[in-house]
Amino acid sequence: MNFELLLFIVFALVAAVSSLMMITRKNAVISAVFLVLNFFALAGLYLLLNAQFIAVVQIIVYAGAIMVLFLFVLMLLNTGKEEAILHGKKPIKYFAIFIAAVVFLQVAYLLVFGSGSFTSNPDIEASLSSGTVETIGREIYTKYIIPFEAAGFLLLAATIGALILAKKKFE
Amino acid sequence: MDIWGIVIESVVKILFVLTIMLLTVSYLVLAERKVSAWIQSRLGPNRVGWGGALQPFADVAKLLLKEDIVPKAADKTLHTLAPFLAIFIAFSTYAVIPFGPPITLFGREINLHLADVNIGVLYVLALTSLGVYAITFAGWSSGSKYSLLGGIRSSAQMISYEVSMGFSIGGVVMMASSLSPVDIIESQSGWMWNAIVQPIGFITFLVSAFAETNRLPFDLPEAEPELVGGYHTEYSSMKFASFFMAEYANMIIASGMIVMLYLGGWQVPYIEKLGLGSPFTQIIQTLSFFVKVGFLLFFFIWVRWSIPRFRYDQLMNLGWKVMFPLSLLNIVWVAVVIMLFN
Repeated sequence: MNFELLLFIVFALVAAVSSLMMITRKNAVISAVFLVLNFFALAGLYLLLNAQFIAVVQIIVYAGAIMVLFLFVLMLLNTGKEEAILHGKKPIKYFAIFIAAVVFLQVAYLLVFGSGSFTSNPDIEASLSSGTVETIGREIYTKYIIPFEAAGFLLLAATIGALILAKKKFE
Repeated sequence: MDIWGIVIESVVKILFVLTIMLLTVSYLVLAERKVSAWIQSRLGPNRVGWGGALQPFADVAKLLLKEDIVPKAADKTLHTLAPFLAIFIAFSTYAVIPFGPPITLFGREINLHLADVNIGVLYVLALTSLGVYAITFAGWSSGSKYSLLGGIRSSAQMISYEVSMGFSIGGVVMMASSLSPVDIIESQSGWMWNAIVQPIGFITFLVSAFAETNRLPFDLPEAEPELVGGYHTEYSSMKFASFFMAEYANMIIASGMIVMLYLGGWQVPYIEKLGLGSPFTQIIQTLSFFVKVGFLLFFFIWVRWSIPRFRYDQLMNLGWKVMFPLSLLNIVWVAVVIMLFN
């Protein structure tokens, strides 16, 4: 239990620090690197919750595929102009501070007054097996088959749309 | 007692695997030079040691003593991080590949792999998908056009071939109905090797493995006539050596994966019928794993010195228009086989 707590603290610290670094770096590529580090810390936290499948998928899909494409775009674009945009418009800054304050108050309210709803699942056996590939696969292909197929259909439509947009002359 | 037993067992196994990996990597470089010399009717390195046997150590000494140059335009942190990342990913992938049957030593049952994770295959896929980062970082942080082009080519290539690689593995997972490497090997007992049951998947995986390890005929990221050295143009000394070692370590991992997924892992068909007794059978099985990996490594080198490099559009066409549909076909084929024989 103590070892688990230690791991949680390490992963949580890495996640918090890397997300802070991500939004404060001026170079967009470095920001992306910190976001990847953040994904890793999250995957570690998922592992601590016995959600092995989600942990690995987090790395394969987010860190391995999506962020690589992001990095591609960032490396090929000229990202030096970003600072100028933020310096020119002050109202955006105040609006951002306002949104951040609202979100902070919400989280603080939940942490202070909403502690009753944070009970952990007492059924340890069920929670141990709930994150495995077998359980998730069975649930997806039986109970949640319609939402799953609908999501697949949406993704297919998006893929075809992207193809049409990418092709300049579409016969 | 028991917890210390586990700790000692793990440390010994990690040291064993690391030593074997490092030695194989250094001698694989020598083997590549020797085999290429043999294919081209040359002698190859034969001055250091007996017939060139100490050449790897001379190479390491040379690389260690060279000056480590970081270009002025480089992003220093990422430029230093990239080679370490490459070698870290290459070596940590090996943790889930079993290299022998469970053996009994000093009254303990010892599994000949570092970790039996029930998502083992996904773990390997996750780490190989991260291998792109080392090359992309190296390409971008060097501050050189050749490096950037090499890095971008390589990431596009690896992402493209990861798709057909993942789908080929899908067929294997369907046969074993498990993601655990141990179960996958046990599902291929006798002559039920996946290379025989699903030959299409075997071929698509093999081709994807060549593309993932950036080996000829798919070594476009470091195509010398166009890109100087590709993503490692601006690296020297041990940092360059790290990329070099990572490439060869990736070859060993790809061979280990092919043996585990398609060639029955450490199993020798019908060896239990010979009645050799447990230590001999286990020794033969473990050796058979190393022999299979050794042959595949020779195959990698053989292909490199036999087939010329693809053009970039040919590579992408092959990946998306040939390998990807074939790997989908393989999944249908495996489904039919499972329906008919189970």
